Order: sequence, then C-alpha cells, then structure tokens
Amino acid sequence: MKKPARLDIDAILDDSGTRIVVCCGAGGVGKTTTAAALGLRAAERGRCVVVLTVDPARRLAQSMGLTELDNTPRLVSSPEGGGQLFAMMLDMKRTFDEIIEAHADPARARQILSNPFYQSLSSSFSGTQEYMAMEKLGQLRRSDEWDLIIVDTPPSRSALDFLDAPERLGRFLDGRVIRLLTAPAKAGGRNAFRLLNAGFGLVAGAMTKLLGAQVIKDLQTFVSALDAVFGGFRQRADMTYKLLQAPGTAFLVVAAPERDAMREASYFVERLAEERMPLAGLVVNRVHVAPASKLSAARSAAAAEDLDSRGEHELTAAVLRLHAGRMQLMAREGREQEHFTSAHPTVPVVRVRAMSEDVHDLTGLRQIGDLLASA
Amino acid sequence: MVESPDTDWTDVRLHVVTGKGGTGKTTVAAALALALAAGGRKVLLVEVEGRQGIAQIFDLPPLPYEERKVAVAPSGGDVYALAVDPEEAMLEYIEMFYGMRRAGRALTKMGIVDFATTVAPGFRDVLVTGKTTEAVRRRGKNGRRIYDAVVLDAPPTGRIARFLNVTQEVAGLAKVGPIKNHSELVNGVVKSRETAVHLVTLLEEMPVQETLDGIGELRSAGLPTGCIFINMVRDSLLPQAALDTAVKARFDPGELVLGLKAAGVADGAQAVAMAEALAEEVAEHAHRTELERAERESLAGAGLKSYDLPLLADGVDLAGLYELAESIRTQGAA
Repeated sequence: MKKPARLDIDAILDDSGTRIVVCCGAGGVGKTTTAAALGLRAAERGRCVVVLTVDPARRLAQSMGLTELDNTPRLVSSPEGGGQLFAMMLDMKRTFDEIIEAHADPARARQILSNPFYQSLSSSFSGTQEYMAMEKLGQLRRSDEWDLIIVDTPPSRSALDFLDAPERLGRFLDGRVIRLLTAPAKAGGRNAFRLLNAGFGLVAGAMTKLLGAQVIKDLQTFVSALDAVFGGFRQRADMTYKLLQAPGTAFLVVAAPERDAMREASYFVERLAEERMPLAGLVVNRVHVAPASKLSAARSAAAAEDLDSRGEHELTAAVLRLHAGRMQLMAREGREQEHFTSAHPTVPVVRVRAMSEDVHDLTGLRQIGDLLASA
Repeated sequence: MVESPDTDWTDVRLHVVTGKGGTGKTTVAAALALALAAGGRKVLLVEVEGRQGIAQIFDLPPLPYEERKVAVAPSGGDVYALAVDPEEAMLEYIEMFYGMRRAGRALTKMGIVDFATTVAPGFRDVLVTGKTTEAVRRRGKNGRRIYDAVVLDAPPTGRIARFLNVTQEVAGLAKVGPIKNHSELVNGVVKSRETAVHLVTLLEEMPVQETLDGIGELRSAGLPTGCIFINMVRDSLLPQAALDTAVKARFDPGELVLGLKAAGVADGAQAVAMAEALAEEVAEHAHRTELERAERESLAGAGLKSYDLPLLADGVDLAGLYELAESIRTQGAA
C-alpha cells in the first residue's frame, strides 16, 4: 500500500500565518470534537483562538463551558504561555437578523423581520445555517480579535452545502423569480401580474390558484423588502468566499474509516480543489487498533476453532475470536483508507484511534489533541 | 394482498425511519421494507433527501422519480422504491389536483418551484410527505390498498418532528388555501394510528442522546412514536465473569498463556507478551460493553419497544440486508 504523507497538525497550528482552520466532512465523524481539540491545543501552544461551532453535542458543549446559543465568543481557558481559547455556538437566526439590520433602514428591517417568509427562511432554509456560519466566520475574521479561528461546518445533508449555500441564496435573490414577484409591486398595481405578458399571466394564475392570494402577497412583500439588501448580501458572500481561498486558511477534511464517510471525504477533496480552496489534509477519526496486531485474524480464528474442537480453554478461544473480529474490522478500515489514498496520493493524513468514551472535558480534548499531533 | 401477519406493528401502514447521521438509517429502512414484504406482500420504500441511498444499497443505478421494483423479499413479496424529488412532486400535485400541466411546467422552468420550496422548506416537506401519504392511501380497482406498507427513509432525528409536523410548518405561511388544505390531508395520515416513527440508534452516547431528544420532540408534537432499532450490536463473545474481572483491571492473562500454548499459537516469552496484549483488548472490550449497557438503560427509559440489529462483519451488502431483514422478522417487528 502506498503510504500517505503524515499530516503535521502542530506545524499548521504553530504557523502564525494560519488564521482560519475549517473542519469539514460527513455528519457523525467527530468534526466538532476535532475542531474543539485543535482549538485547545493551539491555545496551549500560545495562540489566541476562537472555536466557532454549530450545534455541538450537549456534553461536548459543556466541556467547553457553552450552555446556550448566544452568538458571543466565551472564554473557555487561558492556559499558561499567553494563549487563550474562546468558543461560541452559532445562532443562525440572530446572525441573519443582524445582517438585515445592518443593511436596511429600520422601517424596512422591521418589515422584513416580521414577514412569515423571512421567519421561515431564517430559521429553517436548509442552507441558512451554512451561510450564516460562513457569515459569522467573516465577521470574526474582520474583527481581528483572534489570531486563529477554527470552525466546524454544519451537519448538512451534504457536507458541501456550506460552499453552495451563499451561491444558492444569491441565485434566488437575483433571479428572474424575484423580478417577476417584484415588478407588479413596484408598478403599484392591485392586480399583481397585470403588466406582465401572457406567459407570465399563465404562471401568475397558476401560482395564485396553488398558493392562494395571501401567500403571493406575503411573498411579494418579502421579496421587495429584501430587494434593498441584496447587494449587501452578495458582497458579503463574495468576501467570505475569497477569505476561504486565501493562503491563511487551512481546510481539514474529517472522516471516519467507513465507506460513506471516506466517500464523502474523497468528494470533498475534489470539490475543494475545484474551488481552489487550500486543503491541509485528512483527519481519520475512530481508527481501531489492536495491541496484539501481530496475530492475524485467520490464525486467531483457526486457533479458536482448534481449541473449541478439543473442548479446551474456552476463555482463550473466546478471546481469540474477539481478537479475530477486531483484526477483521481493522482490515476493512485499512481498505477504506487505501482507497482514499490511491485516489488522492498527495493528501497528507493523520489517524486518531477510536476512544472508548466520548469527550466530556478539557482533559479529553487535550488527549485528542495529543493524538492528532503525534499520530 | 395477503393477510397481515401477526407482528408488533400490524396496524401500521406508514413506517417512518429516522436516526442520527451514521447510525445506518437508510440500511435499516431498506431491511425493514424487505422484512415487511416477506411472504408475498407489496411494500414501497421512499427516499426524500435526494441522496440516492436506496440505489446504492440495492446496488442499482440512480432511481428516477417513479415507483420501481428493486428487490424480492424472502418467500415472495416485492419491494418497490421511489426517490421523491420535490419538483416532480409539485408537478404531479398540480396536475392531479388542478389539471394544469402546462402551467406546472412553466412554473418549474422559471425556477418558481425551486424558489418556493427553498424560501419555505415547509412547502418542500409538504410535497414529499404528501407524495408519501398518497402512496399509503392509494387504492386499486378492487378498493384495496396498493401497498401493504410504506417505509419512509426520513430526514435525520434532529429534523424529524419538524419534517412531519407539516401543518405547523406551513401554518405561518398559508393560513388558508390549497397548500393549507393539502397539509391537513397529509397531517391526517401522519398523525393517525396507521403511522409509526421508528428511531435508529447505536449504543453510543451521542446517538442515544439524540434519540431521546427526538422522542421527546415527536411526543410534544403529537406524532406517533414506534420503536427503537439498536443497530450494529456486537455479539458479546466473552462470558460475563471474564468481562467483570476485566473491567476491574483484574483479568489474569495467565489462563490465556496456557490457552495460546495449547493452541500452538505462541510459546515461552512470546506467549506471555501476546497474552498481555490480548488481555488489553479484553479490558477495552469490557469497558465498552459496560458503556453500552448504560446506554441501553437510558434508552429503556423512553418506554418504547426496541429491537437489536447485528453488526454485519463484512459491512452492508445485499446479503447483509437480507440478514437484517430476517432479524427484524424473527423479533416480531415485521
């Protein structure tokens, strides 16, 4: 098997040129834990760090002293050596409201904030969380209060949503639909689609019939009110996108040694290359190890069978079977990683062995940090 | 149609399967569909997130928006699959209820469907749940239901209550009108005794916590909870006494040294070193078993029936899927 280069985590964290680390990957692979562990390690190595997280598991949040979504970085730890660790949980609706407030005059802002479509969009549009995470990242970076920002991406349907969400939202806000919906309102006509041509008339009739007149009216009010802040939206999204491409950013793709997670990781690596986003490497979490790895699965299973047939040493036979199962699991995990490396031979990799327990405190995070750096 | 077999969920026609990412939700949904179809029944497996997970599991090319047979169940019975696309569902809905095919196409072409379902995800959810409940209600010429059961591979636990609680979600957007009426029709099926929401979990801390939170949310939304599928359960290979001593770090490798020698695996100092390494594996295993037991107790607190599904040694493939379906059947879940 071709061995991938080792991913040097400390070199990334110690480089004062590194200003942003983005942890991305499929759901359930330990992204948030990795982000928090990296944050603690960087702080203990003297950096002033903020970890931006989206919906962490309760106990992990508690391990960093986070109890609620408040959109404000909280000090978690100030280790010796001058470093500091802050953490914050993203409140996506609050972040969205703030953008509206920043870009619209107070009357218009009120109009937007109270519209039912805005409320739906800001609290449940599947890309809003991703977009707002990136927006918050941009804000933290521009504030320049921290010299390192570590962000974990939201657990989306697709791990790539955070790259696509700003674009998708932008498309809606600029598109022809908006023109269709805003034109009559601007013309001030009561008949919403009066000024439009026959094709539009057909569509308008259908929409009214399907959605009901009130929905159309709410949608129009929403869209025309939002019209004023579109420019700002676009501009901010573009700025954040450029920030992600900048040399001070390092993307870490996080995975577990399972087929789906590794497939997602592969896809992600390709996508980052397409977008010219700087990939630092792959973190493979939850890799199983066996202290008795010299004893192969086949040999172990055969020995167990032999003992069984002789009716001797039941306990040893059971232990050997347990070991054989573990070796099989390791072999499967190894194959998944080999597939990745043969497709992406230049991507540095670090493996973190499976822990028997979830992380509950800073000690646990520190231990993960050590594993990340030493593996 | 064949008589319903006597199972724990005989009256249920819509099985909604949810779970945290990584727990094997799609796999369990597919296995459940196979199990329900066994013995000559007809079951529809629905996917709504556009991931083509069903096609991958059954080793098929991507599924179109069309009900198509994907597998034959043990002793006869068919599993059909459908990947619901919100846009297509919208077109179908427009055509079915309004007979406006051309207008529907125009709406799609102009990106209006995409727009409407994106700014208001509640609309999207109504469309996909609407399609699913339509399949549940659909009857053939003889007046009997076309499908004996429908299995929905639903969004993850964190989103499930919202996803199913469609009337609530669109209430703020459409107080009257066709969308509202449609959502009430959907609601009638989803909240009935014919529906059960099953949760897939692993015996690990985060998935268990999320499962318990999800059950709480489903209950407060008045949605019918079904059972818990505990997935990827490992056989406990070791006797409880050995586990107990291992957990207290008092497992004696001496017995292993003798066993290894007897089996001819190792000798002398090598046997001692190997026994010690194996003892370390035993200790880890025992520790994990303890944790799993604790997680199992937390799950029991939810008061739902639960079924164990085995960890498949070779990963999930078609054979593994049938193995899971068999396990679901022997436990009486289908």
